[in-house]
Amino acid sequence: MGALSDTNAPIGAIVRGGRHSTSRLPEVTAPAIRLDALTKRYPGADADAVHELDLEIPAGEIVALVGPSGCGKTTTLKMINRLSEPTSGTVEINGRPARELPVHDLRRGIGYVIQHTGLFPHRTIAANIATVPRLLGWDKRRIRGRVEELVDLVGLERGMLDRYPAALSGGQQQRVGVARALAADPPILLMDEPYSAVDPIVRARLQDELLDLQRRLHKTIVLVTHDVDEAIKLGDRVVILNVGGILEQAAPPAELLAEPASPFVADFLGEERGLKRLALLRVRDLTPGEGPVVEVGTPVDEARALMERHRVDWVGVREGDRLLGWRWGTDLDGTVRAEGVRPFRAIVTPDSTLRSALDGIVGSLTNVAVVVDDEGAYRGMVRIDEISERVR
Amino acid sequence: MITSGVLATRHDRMLSWEWVEGHSEEIWERTLEHLQLTAWSVGIGFVIAMAMALVSLRWRRAYGPLAAASGALYSIPSLALFAILVPFTGLGFRPVLIALVTYTLLILLRNIVAGVDGVPREVVEAAEGMGYEPWRRFLAVDLRLATPAIIGGLRVATVTVIGLVTVGALVGSGGYGAFINDGLSRNFSTPIIVGGGLSIAMAVVFDLAFVLLQRVATPWARAGAHR
Repeated sequence: MGALSDTNAPIGAIVRGGRHSTSRLPEVTAPAIRLDALTKRYPGADADAVHELDLEIPAGEIVALVGPSGCGKTTTLKMINRLSEPTSGTVEINGRPARELPVHDLRRGIGYVIQHTGLFPHRTIAANIATVPRLLGWDKRRIRGRVEELVDLVGLERGMLDRYPAALSGGQQQRVGVARALAADPPILLMDEPYSAVDPIVRARLQDELLDLQRRLHKTIVLVTHDVDEAIKLGDRVVILNVGGILEQAAPPAELLAEPASPFVADFLGEERGLKRLALLRVRDLTPGEGPVVEVGTPVDEARALMERHRVDWVGVREGDRLLGWRWGTDLDGTVRAEGVRPFRAIVTPDSTLRSALDGIVGSLTNVAVVVDDEGAYRGMVRIDEISERVR
Repeated sequence: MITSGVLATRHDRMLSWEWVEGHSEEIWERTLEHLQLTAWSVGIGFVIAMAMALVSLRWRRAYGPLAAASGALYSIPSLALFAILVPFTGLGFRPVLIALVTYTLLILLRNIVAGVDGVPREVVEAAEGMGYEPWRRFLAVDLRLATPAIIGGLRVATVTVIGLVTVGALVGSGGYGAFINDGLSRNFSTPIIVGGGLSIAMAVVFDLAFVLLQRVATPWARAGAHR
């Protein structure tokens, strides 16, 4: 699955933000987690918290459960590791009913990341990360090696290992929480509002780190959030729940945004659905055209003909693989010169989202976004109509 | 000034160093008695309070009655409690031990329960979610995080008991209180000053020792400081 995620992926394949794309591949693996008519009613309540929920969570995917408060998303998550026992229905993990496993064994095999991290304040970072390996009885040397490996993996410094959680920033604590959950290399990771306690900038970075980790680790991740944008950003699939644990829609984010199944879903997804869809697509998903671009020294007649063909009143000027800028058609005489070209406003890379390309275009005079690669070499141009076509 | 006048009838000074030197052996014995009685009282009190706390944490409804009972015992004046106990236990070590144990219960029970209750919910949930057995979680997480409150309780209980042990001498338990009784009965200020002073000194030493223990036992508590 990871093969599609590298940068050599053919343009046009759906590869979002470098994460592995499962949407185009046939289902080869059985679901890692299957919820079957899962129902929870708390004692004394007169309605179900979760109502006959059927859900399949494919192995290696991030599934985001999202919904308003009271939609039972956290309860659903907790029924997977049996912190909450279902009133009826079953949870199957890798084909085995969760209730058949001894509860502690089950939980040691499932990583768990929670809101406010839940780090043990009385234990050092190293001891926090080592929690599950210690419960599993690993020997000291193996634990130490694993802890160091994890600290590197989540991007913390080894110097922090002997410090206590209170000495770390919120973002660092959250990384420790992820390292702790991954310690025994569980195939499944449950995350309960993992980023709700950190500020938006740190949150965005932690989200990117999770996607980056997932690209390498291919865990089955169930993530609970109240933030629909987070669900769309992180989820391979987004599951929208309504109050009372009623399933409204479960679909990949692009599908969800394109075709909300109900007014509730449409409303929950909020404003700017088109822009949100564009944020899921990358410039590499389009085929950038060559654009009205000429080499320095090209005769004006040739440049004018090119402008005519592209129906524009400007021309791009390149020198080898560098795009120097552009000039008005009225500004040409003799041959096309490099001096005095105007810079393009919108410059993107194949990794940029179509949303950011669009944002650049609306502020430009030429109505195109210039695509360059990481070395700055010219790769083509994207027009506004090519972008809007993708969300039509 | 009347008091000092009376006290000064047999000796010219408030504190007679000759007496202190002549009684160094007895001072040492009384110190051991005082320490023993304190240690037994707090030790037994801690075991009983821990049992009561475990019951309270397991069955929340038991906490109210247990705390109320400990509170009622705590409210009985120490001298009255000694007097009530003596007919059953005789004079000496036992009535004082029993009385002092009852005084530690309220403080210790309340601090243990409050300490465990103060453990952040998400920490307990994380421990459960990672697969701790309940008893193991209680020992390794709940009780460990309640340590500051528990040590705080032991500190108050110990300092209180050291003071109360002196009263116990009235029913023959020994300790520094014996010096005070002796001094009072003979209108002689030196033993009163020595007994009272040493009792205060012992309380101060233990108070500081618990502060130190607190620091050593909870290294994480200082972690936030150099963030």
